[in-house]
Amino acid sequence: MVNGLLGLLERLGAATRQTITRLGFASRFFIAVLRYTPTAFLRTQLTLREIYFAGVLSLVIILMSGLFVGMVLGLQGYDILNRYGSSEALGTMVTLSLVRELGPVVAALLFAGRAGSAITAEIGLMKTTEQLLAMEMMAVDPLARVVAPKFWGGVISMPLLAALFSAAGVFGGYLVGVQLIGLDSGAFWSNMQSAVDFRIDIVNGIIKSLIFGIIVTWIAVFEGYDTKPTAEGVSSATTRTVVEASLAVLAADFILTVFMFRGV
Amino acid sequence: MNRATVDVWVGIFVAIGLAAVVFLSLKAGNLLVTSNAPGYRLEAAFDNIGGLKVRAPVKAAGVNVGRVESIALDPVTYQAVATLRIDKQYAFTKDTIASILTSGLLGEVYVGLDIGGDEEMLADGGRIGKTQSAIVLEKLVGQFMLNQASSLASEKK
Repeated sequence: MVNGLLGLLERLGAATRQTITRLGFASRFFIAVLRYTPTAFLRTQLTLREIYFAGVLSLVIILMSGLFVGMVLGLQGYDILNRYGSSEALGTMVTLSLVRELGPVVAALLFAGRAGSAITAEIGLMKTTEQLLAMEMMAVDPLARVVAPKFWGGVISMPLLAALFSAAGVFGGYLVGVQLIGLDSGAFWSNMQSAVDFRIDIVNGIIKSLIFGIIVTWIAVFEGYDTKPTAEGVSSATTRTVVEASLAVLAADFILTVFMFRGV
Repeated sequence: MNRATVDVWVGIFVAIGLAAVVFLSLKAGNLLVTSNAPGYRLEAAFDNIGGLKVRAPVKAAGVNVGRVESIALDPVTYQAVATLRIDKQYAFTKDTIASILTSGLLGEVYVGLDIGGDEEMLADGGRIGKTQSAIVLEKLVGQFMLNQASSLASEKK
């Protein structure tokens, strides 16, 4: 009885210690990656390649999702607004919800699933097949050659993807609101313009997506670098990237929203 | 993957990404409309501003001419002083009336300006003398009930 209780406490202690160690390792890893920023920007070809993999290849999924999210917002928003006789506020509702919340958040979730998992799997596999070790043997620092370009490629791609998601969504809302339902096009755009503020709504949305980009790519490169060098280790690291990055984005979104939009 | 092809694709990606930001700022947002437009400030004191908020529009004849920049309580008169930022191209007469209105039953609250016949115009920092406070629905309902009660009482007599 006493032994069982002691064993339970011991496992709890070990789990806590491991979590704190991992957090500490992840933070030091983050600082190490930041230290290699100059290398990532001096060797632009590496970073450009990562922007291609993280950004360009995510374009289709981001644009399609944005368009559909905007169209659904248009339909549902019209249904609700029409009950209060203010269907002309549809453009405002669609744009504000996209620019402030859905654009950065949904784009970051898709980005974690599409690009984050690929980054983790690639670095994890390089570790498993001892390519990272081989680089070190050749006096090439894998942090500078592999991790830092991937990190900056993701951080640069994310705000652009979020902006594209929002723009595609606004267009989707326009298609449903004006072309399908038949709202007045002038009222749709002018109400939107008078309600959406550049500094408060659009700049804050871009800041959000930049922070989400840092969070998602950081988790992705860290999980890849920290992979257990087995086939199972790579698969569980990829899953952890998607789960942890999605949770972190949603939690960070709540905190950022409290600071940015409370009392606006 | 060829180096030049990667460059072209990344170039296209960055270009349309920036185009999306510009589209959101100009077409969906108000970057062109107000933020940088030069303007001047007017003050208006109201007994009650109701639901008026900072950034609410200022309209004359239904046209957007500016925004509410700040709202403060005058510590001496206990009136609410709203500072309005008006676009440079519009000038208003000294006897302009500022009133707090609502578009529709549930719509946004805004400041309406009714132009008078004075020949002098308000300058930067000027104060609009005549104001009309917000109509507070609760007060109206209260007044209506009071009137009903008193008319009922007089009928009984």
